[in-house]
Amino acid sequence: MFPKPIEKSAPWVQTAYKLTLPIALILWLLPLIGIAMTSVRPAADLAAGNYFGMPSGFAGVENYSAVFKNSNIGYYILNSFKVTLPTVFFAVGLSCLSGFALAIYKFKSNLIVFFMFVAGNFVPFQILAIPVRDLSVQLGLYNTTMGLVMFHVAFQTGFCTLFMRNFIKSLPFALVESARVEGVSEFKIFWHIVLPLMRPAIAALSVLVFTFIWNDYFWATVMAQDASVKPVTAGMNELKGQYKVAWELISAASIIAALPPVAMFFLMQKHFIAGLTLGATKG
Amino acid sequence: MKYMKTLAGLALGLALSASTAMAGEIVLNSDQTDPAPKKAMEELIAGFEKANPDVKVKWNNIDHEGYKAAIRNFLTADAPDVAAWYAGNRMAPFVKAGLFEDVSDVWKDNGLDEQLKSAAASMTIDGKKWGVPYTYYQWGIYYNKDVYKKAGVSEPKNWAEFVANCEKFKAAGIDCLTTGTKALWPGAGIFDYIDMRTNGYEFHMDLTAGKVKWTDPKVKAAFAEWAKITPYISANAAAIDWQDAAALLSQGKAANYVMGNFAVDTFKKGGMTNDNLGFMLFPEITAGIPRAEEAPTDTFHIPSGAKNKADAKKFLAYLASADAQTAMNKTLGQLPVNNKATVGDDPFIQAGFKELSSAYALAQFFDRDAPADMAKAGMEGFQEFMAKPENIDAILARLQKVADKVYK
Amino acid sequence: MAQQAVHNSFWKTNQKALAPWLFLAPGMIMFLVYVIFPIIESIYISFFNWDGLAPAHISQLTSKEYVGLGNYRDLLDDDSFYTSLWNNLKWLVLYMLAVPIGLFVALFLNQKVPGIRLYKSLFFFPFVISQVVVGLLFSWFYAPGFGPLYAIIKSITGSETAILASDTMATYGIILAGLWPQTAYCMILYLTGLNNINPEQVEAARMDGARGLTLLWNIILPQLRPATFIAIVVTVIGSLRSFDLVSIMTGGGPYGSTRVLSYFMFEQALSEYGTAMGYGAAIAFVLFAIMMIFISFFIYRMLQQERNS
Repeated sequence: MFPKPIEKSAPWVQTAYKLTLPIALILWLLPLIGIAMTSVRPAADLAAGNYFGMPSGFAGVENYSAVFKNSNIGYYILNSFKVTLPTVFFAVGLSCLSGFALAIYKFKSNLIVFFMFVAGNFVPFQILAIPVRDLSVQLGLYNTTMGLVMFHVAFQTGFCTLFMRNFIKSLPFALVESARVEGVSEFKIFWHIVLPLMRPAIAALSVLVFTFIWNDYFWATVMAQDASVKPVTAGMNELKGQYKVAWELISAASIIAALPPVAMFFLMQKHFIAGLTLGATKG
Repeated sequence: MKYMKTLAGLALGLALSASTAMAGEIVLNSDQTDPAPKKAMEELIAGFEKANPDVKVKWNNIDHEGYKAAIRNFLTADAPDVAAWYAGNRMAPFVKAGLFEDVSDVWKDNGLDEQLKSAAASMTIDGKKWGVPYTYYQWGIYYNKDVYKKAGVSEPKNWAEFVANCEKFKAAGIDCLTTGTKALWPGAGIFDYIDMRTNGYEFHMDLTAGKVKWTDPKVKAAFAEWAKITPYISANAAAIDWQDAAALLSQGKAANYVMGNFAVDTFKKGGMTNDNLGFMLFPEITAGIPRAEEAPTDTFHIPSGAKNKADAKKFLAYLASADAQTAMNKTLGQLPVNNKATVGDDPFIQAGFKELSSAYALAQFFDRDAPADMAKAGMEGFQEFMAKPENIDAILARLQKVADKVYK
Repeated sequence: MAQQAVHNSFWKTNQKALAPWLFLAPGMIMFLVYVIFPIIESIYISFFNWDGLAPAHISQLTSKEYVGLGNYRDLLDDDSFYTSLWNNLKWLVLYMLAVPIGLFVALFLNQKVPGIRLYKSLFFFPFVISQVVVGLLFSWFYAPGFGPLYAIIKSITGSETAILASDTMATYGIILAGLWPQTAYCMILYLTGLNNINPEQVEAARMDGARGLTLLWNIILPQLRPATFIAIVVTVIGSLRSFDLVSIMTGGGPYGSTRVLSYFMFEQALSEYGTAMGYGAAIAFVLFAIMMIFISFFIYRMLQQERNS
């Protein structure tokens, strides 16, 4: 283990370490703590210049309900779900298929197709923006949650395929071989043999894609115009314009917008980290 | 049970047919999402439907920021019958792309050339009218009377006095002029006025239309006037929004603010009243130049792809009428364009009415008079100039470079 | 019936050859339509002077709008382009700090004291939050008048510094905001890497008297190479994609000094003040070309790994 386990150090070092931990954490999360405090501060505090001291009272309920009452944030959150959930379902679903194809079959263009997915996954969004917008306008999907879902599914399929393919490669291939000898059809091999083994990968990808899509801002800005379509990231930008100097409300809205992926992360932490760090240990 | 189903089917059928325009219905797209404009719009539509019982209005109210991008799509893809937009050069791209309908006949049939005279020029391209204006508002200098008293300063009669006052405000620890240019546009108000007061309305219009070069000595002369007050403008203006700057004025940390009349509401929310909030015209710089003012005008247009143009024209005619404009602007807290309409009795609206009705000419505001990409580059230049006036030559050279491309 | 049999036997004999393409079809079609073709279309648009209005669609572009390399020539004469390029370089270099800092934090947290798992999650936290929120957090942090950092700088130096209003500091202010989640990302990569280090090798090295930095450099880092590779890949890509923070924190300002290529493209082609689709496409292509240098390198490395395995 590296560095040296702390429990083998002198007692004062151990104590010092345990003291440093919370201090470091508070410094690290200072911006977040600041905004969380601001979000429960009465507006009067801000007007009186009490920006960092203890809040003079707890106005969390007022601030948070004010955000919901006089802004569209409820819609924005709903829109974010309408975009994120179908994207997760279809992107993960499609990549189960394509990842399976690329991991199990040996055919000439296998690597070319694989690297097309990998390379496409890294391209800057800006080179896609004008044509994708144009295509969506032509399909009547511009300014609809469906239009956003279509693009996100397509784009995330790149990353997900990379992930799924490497995951399936790590499974024992003998399972597939023996099934083929017994004459099991290719689709049944996928459905009954490989898919059940992919559960951890599906879980990991689902959390990751959920977070990516929830947090997407560029496409939300380019492809959505109405409050009835805008995901919360694009909506936040608008709220910022609407509230301007009312930082207690902007803060509350920020916390609300950040909550779903944060909850997702804490609930599914193991899968999340497994997904994110795939490849960090081998290769 | 069967009966219920039939009913449900019938309701569904009705709902479906209501979503597409039929004869006697017009689809209207606009961007009045703020409370007052939204209410004004609802009243306008109700009034129109009452006056024209055979026509129904289907109103799509789109978020203000998104609208500017959305209109480009719906005009080409799925045109409504009436769409909100702005006068002046801002409508030129749509007119030139053939996306707006010529509505000269609405003007002629309803005597609008006379009644909407003050805005006629800004609605005309190639000798035709392309829309109907319904409201505008004045710009000028809003100031804090208490701060003037505190610093022992009196209202300036001309530019030289305004500049001299700045020195006194500085001695009192007050920002002479405040602005917040994070969103860029507030700086353009200052430029428009300084250029119109230094070089006159025609020169300013030629500049925004690309007929004069940014490197012209007269442009430089205008910036030289501006340079006289840059040391007295609130520090960090580039980092704050216009509302933050408005707070500086309300709190007595700043004396003057070049702003549009919509800001009165913000000043009052910040604690100011009709007693201590002052309004004055932007002072004269070059003596004897006819006084032009900023008065951004909001308008409605008929897209050329509209399905029900006949009823849409009825709507424009109603919108242009004195009664409709009186009612609408009362709710908006702005000025009607129709000169037969009645002006509200709020002191700032009255002041604006006096200002605009006696003006030699009206400008639409820099980002409406100049094409969008020129406007953006220009406003960035103004922002930079206020922070670093010494960069003036580089800024003007850059703006000319942009102009060479934009007006090509 | 006979036909059915023929069909069946055709399927049976060719199943293994056809199956991969059937499995690939849905994902590949989506990917081609929404990613690969648009890249080609964007390059095509970059040769036109097009405002997105007339004509209404890409397919209707004609020789009337064709300008050849005109957009690229204009780019070379555009100061904003050089500002963006220069800022992209700043991003690229400074963003790399996330890798060593992430390693440092990972080493700091790689212990087994009670509650350490929670600490690890909380340190990772910034990565989960959207960049929009991160941008708002730091805007508040820097805000003149009431931002904590503003107050700290003022109390130390006595000067009033609005970081995001200064053309010399704003870009660094934004990069700092970006480093926060990016460091968390690198940290988690290294924590996982450290978890999988071969303990026997480490003990053996310790027996040989290796300590501290020597041990880290000679034994630990080589074993962390996969984690380092991924950390560098995601950081490079992240730095070139920097759009959200610039948009939220400064909108490219003050006076365009914080533009990066991604935001510059958006401004020129897709924003309220810009509808120059051809010009925007040209900017996007330059960004794409820069990215391709890195992408090719990554693909080359991955290809080598594929060959070795």
